[in-house]
Amino acid sequence: MSDLHTILNQSAVDAILLTLRLAAVTTICLLIIATPLAWWLSQTRARWRAPVSAMVTLPLVLPPTVLGFYLLVMMGPSGPIGQFTEAIGLGLLSFTFTGLVVGSIMFSLPFAVQPIQHAFESMGPRPMEVAATLRARPMDAFFNVALPMAKPGILTATILSFAHTVGEFGVVLMIGGNIAGQTSVVSTEIYTYVESMQYAQAHWLAAIMVVFSFAVLLWLALMKRQTRAMLS
Amino acid sequence: MSDALQIRLDLERPNFKLCCDLVLPGRGITILFGPSGSGKTTLLRCVAGLESSFKGRIAIGQDIWHDSAQKQSSPVWQRPIGYVFQEASLFEHLSVQQNLNFGLKRSRSKHPIAHSIELLGIGPLLERRPESLSGGERQRVAIARALATDPRLLLLDEPMAALDEARRQEVMPWLERLRDELHTPMLYVTHSSQEAARLGDHMVLLKNGQVTHSGAVADVFRRVDDQDTSAILTARVVSKDLPWQLAELACDDITIWTADNDLAIDQTVRLRIAARDVSVSTSKPLNTSIQNQITGLITVIENDRHPSHALVTIGCGKTQLFARVTRKAVHTLGLSVEQKVWAQIKAVALLA
Repeated sequence: MSDLHTILNQSAVDAILLTLRLAAVTTICLLIIATPLAWWLSQTRARWRAPVSAMVTLPLVLPPTVLGFYLLVMMGPSGPIGQFTEAIGLGLLSFTFTGLVVGSIMFSLPFAVQPIQHAFESMGPRPMEVAATLRARPMDAFFNVALPMAKPGILTATILSFAHTVGEFGVVLMIGGNIAGQTSVVSTEIYTYVESMQYAQAHWLAAIMVVFSFAVLLWLALMKRQTRAMLS
Repeated sequence: MSDALQIRLDLERPNFKLCCDLVLPGRGITILFGPSGSGKTTLLRCVAGLESSFKGRIAIGQDIWHDSAQKQSSPVWQRPIGYVFQEASLFEHLSVQQNLNFGLKRSRSKHPIAHSIELLGIGPLLERRPESLSGGERQRVAIARALATDPRLLLLDEPMAALDEARRQEVMPWLERLRDELHTPMLYVTHSSQEAARLGDHMVLLKNGQVTHSGAVADVFRRVDDQDTSAILTARVVSKDLPWQLAELACDDITIWTADNDLAIDQTVRLRIAARDVSVSTSKPLNTSIQNQITGLITVIENDRHPSHALVTIGCGKTQLFARVTRKAVHTLGLSVEQKVWAQIKAVALLA
């Protein structure tokens, strides 16, 4: 970290570390939530499917500030989530790291659900049928056939969730409030630097974001080519 | 028939209705035959439990798999079946050996898997990945994988439809081997009359979701619409005439000479003799090029599809032959039931 300190000040380094931590925690939570959700969406013919699917996709089109605003209100002392978390002794989530994680999960949900759902759907019903004729119970078949077959989709979801969380701004600003060391992430930190005319610091952080994002997308593209080559 | 398979079902889907009441032998290969859309695959899926919302009853021997009256239907994974899909549907993320182990582990089969591997000749493929196999190899692995669970009933859904002719000829002998060496009854869906004639013991004809015929292949085969009426014979090679490259085949009371295509003495073969290749003579034909002349009694004379033709059934001991002749010939020769005739066979199709 000593090298980093020569070009970045302490608050920028803190922001980078917090961003990575937030992205990692969010991604893990997202995979746990999105995998069963994607499976349900890919299999069900229930009437609930369409509204749930629309809800999951909503963050894709909503301005992040709208999502952030509602979450802030709901997590606040008079909001339903806020009252619930206070009742069970967690306190308020707004302006905390946990609050950021909740917001990020909501915001990146479509990026995790869609690739996994697509992988499950393109698999078709056949592999699960084959597994059943080979005596596998549904859960057994899900873990030993569906999940391994959806691996490329799950990997894409992981990368997209991570990258998208790193890149978010509006939700984080609304819920987290950009508190240094607690809720200040790279994207909001850049904003702070620009506001206070610290352009050199802003440049460094912005450049790191560009390089990181490019590297992620490049990796994703190379991986897709590899899976395609493997399949053909 | 303690292991007889009972299939009674009444299934309705939009634009489709399948209705049947069958009792099938608990041994050998039963062919489910019909044009596409006739309901053969749906029937097979109902037996497997892949379709479960229908009225009726599926039972093998004393075991009931589905009984809508009792509101009972065991899930697919509890039925002791093996299922071979039209596309091999191997698990691409597993090796051939792991594919075989998948069902073996879960069925806790005591049946040694080595037997299935040997029976289908896939020993050299065990370490390979499915994507590196040819179509014929994939299908053989899929069959071995289904057999690894030691099923009480093997269901095959057009296992060769996705293969080209060369691959089909490669897989066919393995299926014959299964039929001859395993005691597992099989339900085999196909729309290929060649596969039906060559592999089947019993045959069910389906049309628009209805069973039109069910019985021994030799009896049912002549009912197949788009085919020339044919006799299907199972015969044994009894002798070979090496200088003339001919083989003598015995089928119950009759013997037939055919071109010797590397046949071995005592080998069992399937023959198909089409009605158009059989002619009838009221006296022993002399000075004819035709080698196969078999005496028999006319059992039936019936109208054929074209008004100028008649179909003559000739009983030669236990074997039946069919001859297509003109109605004019029936009239001029004065053919009648119970009359002794000579059937001349112009061509014999060897199916194996």
